[in-house]
Amino acid sequence: MTELPVLSLMVFLPLVGVLFILMIRGDEARVARNAKLAAVWTSLFTFSLSLYMFFAFDADDPGFQFEQQLTWFPDLGISYHVGVDGISLFFVMLSAFLVPVCILASWDSIKTRVRQYMIVFLLLETFMVGTFTALDALLFYVFYEGSLIPMFLIIGMWGGENRVYSAYKFFLYTLAGSVLMLVGLLALYFMHGTTDIPVLLENPVTADVQKWLWLAFFVSFAIKVPMWPVHTWLPDAHVQAPTAGSVILAGVLLKMGGYGFLRFSLPLFPDASAYFAPLVYGLSIVAFAYASLIAFVQRDMKKLIAYSSVAHMGFVTLGIFTGTMQGIQGGIFQMLSHGLISAALFLCVGVVYDRLHTREMARYGGLVNNMPIYAAVFMILMLGSVGLPGTSGFVGEFLALLGAFHVSATLAFFAAGGIILGAIYMLRLYRKVIFGPLENKDTAAMKDLNRREILIFLPIVGMVLWFGLFPNAILDRTGPAVERLMESYHLALQKPQITALILDSVAPEAGDVSARWMAMPPMPEVISNE
Amino acid sequence: MNDSLSLSALTPLLPEIFLAVAGLALLVVGVVREQRHGLCAMCRAVAFCFVLACVFMLGLDWHRTVALNGMFVMDQFAGVMKFMILGGLLISVVLGEKYLAQEGLARFEYPLLILFAGLGMMVMVSANHMLVAYMGLELQSLSLYVLAAFRRGHGKSSEAGIKYFLLGALASGFLLFGMSLIYGYTGALSFDGISHVLRASGEGALALPALVGMVFIIIGIAFKISAVPFHMWTPDVYEGAAGSVTALFAIVPKVAAMGLLLRILFAVFEPAQDQWQQIMWLLSMGSMLVGAFGALAQTNIKRLMAYSSINHMGYALIGVVAASQTGVAGVIFYMMVYMLMAAGVFAVVLMMRRGGIALRETTDLAGLGLRNPAIAYAMAILMFSMAGIPPMAGFFCKMFVFQAAIAEGFYVLSVVGVLTTAVAAFYYLRIIKIMFFDKPAEALDQDFGFGRRAVLLGSVLFVVLFILNPDVLIEISRSAAAAVMVAP
Repeated sequence: MTELPVLSLMVFLPLVGVLFILMIRGDEARVARNAKLAAVWTSLFTFSLSLYMFFAFDADDPGFQFEQQLTWFPDLGISYHVGVDGISLFFVMLSAFLVPVCILASWDSIKTRVRQYMIVFLLLETFMVGTFTALDALLFYVFYEGSLIPMFLIIGMWGGENRVYSAYKFFLYTLAGSVLMLVGLLALYFMHGTTDIPVLLENPVTADVQKWLWLAFFVSFAIKVPMWPVHTWLPDAHVQAPTAGSVILAGVLLKMGGYGFLRFSLPLFPDASAYFAPLVYGLSIVAFAYASLIAFVQRDMKKLIAYSSVAHMGFVTLGIFTGTMQGIQGGIFQMLSHGLISAALFLCVGVVYDRLHTREMARYGGLVNNMPIYAAVFMILMLGSVGLPGTSGFVGEFLALLGAFHVSATLAFFAAGGIILGAIYMLRLYRKVIFGPLENKDTAAMKDLNRREILIFLPIVGMVLWFGLFPNAILDRTGPAVERLMESYHLALQKPQITALILDSVAPEAGDVSARWMAMPPMPEVISNE
Repeated sequence: MNDSLSLSALTPLLPEIFLAVAGLALLVVGVVREQRHGLCAMCRAVAFCFVLACVFMLGLDWHRTVALNGMFVMDQFAGVMKFMILGGLLISVVLGEKYLAQEGLARFEYPLLILFAGLGMMVMVSANHMLVAYMGLELQSLSLYVLAAFRRGHGKSSEAGIKYFLLGALASGFLLFGMSLIYGYTGALSFDGISHVLRASGEGALALPALVGMVFIIIGIAFKISAVPFHMWTPDVYEGAAGSVTALFAIVPKVAAMGLLLRILFAVFEPAQDQWQQIMWLLSMGSMLVGAFGALAQTNIKRLMAYSSINHMGYALIGVVAASQTGVAGVIFYMMVYMLMAAGVFAVVLMMRRGGIALRETTDLAGLGLRNPAIAYAMAILMFSMAGIPPMAGFFCKMFVFQAAIAEGFYVLSVVGVLTTAVAAFYYLRIIKIMFFDKPAEALDQDFGFGRRAVLLGSVLFVVLFILNPDVLIEISRSAAAAVMVAP
């Protein structure tokens, strides 16, 4: 497509920033200031590269773009291979977007070991972008698991009182899951003699082996998403992590799991995915109900949002494994929307935490009086999280529900119940923090958002609304890739696929893919529980 | 076979002969010379000998050649292993030089004992005859027994020496007994002769005496690589020996023993592969589990590293279990990476001194991230690598052995293996936690010396940059594996 190896640049540019920061000399204040500047410019430059990628991206091409392949293990069929398609495009952008946001958000709140802080964030960016762009399963694994290192350090070095326990829990939980994926991955490698994802995609494995491999991958991704009952590391990690750590964790790291389902589980093991889909539905439903109820009784704001993440990611897994166009599109959309909204909600908590140094809901109240801008921002984000039409949260949940409805009405019923539960605890949070009497003196003395904070929130709030009102900005680009995924998925299941056929017969004009499938009549049941 | 003992027939032994002569000469020099500054000069002389031996190695023909009436073999495998051994010895001499002076152990015998141990190791990996193998092993072991007890005045060191000696003697007994059984059954002691008889006696299971003999031989060698259940000596010896000696123990002898093991399994007992695979399976499984769980409760960093090495040997043995060319290449590659990682870790362990006293508790590292950030980050990188987290080199060596095991269908072993890496990650993370998350203790003595810094830097650079060009080492390992697996 293009001569510029834009993806490799995005992956390795942060490392150049790391080198720069390492070379800074001088007294502590000077090092801190220069490290922050270097980090923010590096990440902004990376983000601008991602914007370039976005505009150069050919929305009609369902395949991989900006591909680049270099030899790595020449005799082993393992290579450095990167590329993006419609599915990964926005995850790359989300990662590149959230890193500068995080660095700006920690501008004043991080006071110790600033240089190291900036270094690990840039390292994290490399690993995140690498995970979403890798087109070689081993390369993916290297980035996927490598991302544990910086996150471990972020929680452990700049976290709260109980940070060590949380950092361990985070690391060991995810490591235990991902090593099983490694076994699955090596088994795949043994069967195909290569770990190149495009090659793997063309050669599905036999149905009986699929189940084992699916399970091996599933454990890893399910822990990462996280799905009930392996979600327990998430609230701990979120509560103890510094604000920016929570933002990245909720915004990007959780999405690696969902992305893994889309990139590996569904296309590589279609039979097993269909076979285990009811299991995933069950876990997702439990996640809505359980996580929402737990969230309802939380007193700690961060913990509440963390549990809400578990519930929201339930929609993602539900949508993806319905195996329908709407469901998968909804899953992707929900991930992006959740990536923005929950990241911003954690930032909201961070704003008041920076001022009062507590996350107890009871300590706040009546903030609407002295922090009106904050209240407005918080409201939009809260409503987005609830899934109010007009925000991006609505589109994702609605599409996932549509997908669920194709599978069974009961499933959709329970999923919709989850949305209601979600509304209850989020509204309660908002009421307790923003409304009510302004009782405490120190709360009353809190200042509204400053310019830096507004600068951080503005683009996020803007995007939440923009994607809520014009979801096609995303759906048009993810559409072709998802269609292709669907096509191969249903071909593999050896069921005639109505969506694909109808869509093919309609003239494939650019720009209205989503309109076409949104207007589709309901599909017959495409998932059967063999 | 019956060629006369001409000089040219000895060419393959050139490095060994050189080391033996140089060692004896240096011994004389050491005795005669004033001993006050003996250690430093002697260390340099020995290091220079190792470098020269490496040069001789490069000059040799690495195609399979036998010498001394088929008792000694020089091939690609022996060459690669000897290079690793010499490299490891060089590292441990460099690590030890200043450390021993600081510990008040500056005696010239130290590098010479390392040299003789190295000579034994080189003979081990080149052995093509049971007696030669035994001779090499004993030369190595005797030197190491003395080194273990090198801190003469120290109770724990003497205990380490005695323990190592007693258990080592027992293992040698096993080995000899196995060899005699094999000799009784086959009537041969040379590797070629034994494998010829075993092959001729037909397919399938070995006859009982030969089988028992093989098991005893494997036990004798398993002791040297401290595979479970023959690992008992490891934590005590690691703890008791002087720091730089522990570093040596961790880095080199296992490479030599692994080399001998591979040679004996593939060149001698190749017809009995099905049987020894089972034994290796048990050894590997046991080492991974004991190494991972045993280390959890350790607070002494040397004991911790002892269990860590047991754990790593378990992973390396996975490749032996697989018994394929990929597997053996994986083992060799694993030993290379492990050796270099361990060298870096021990460089840090040897740096742990405060007020002139060597520290041994992991908690003594507290706050290193603030006091000596460069060392702390280097150690953290090595710990992540030891835990097998990508993108460090430690991940790739694990990946290769697991890949070999999966290709041969050893799924249980692989799954247990990867899960124990998660367990092992716990204690590696604890080191990182202590360095970065805990309240700082006093700063370490800054007098690290060039040797430890250089080893640490080299080790970290290797671990981090390996990913850029992984092919060189893998290619070397493969060629070595191919050489050892060719039936003679």
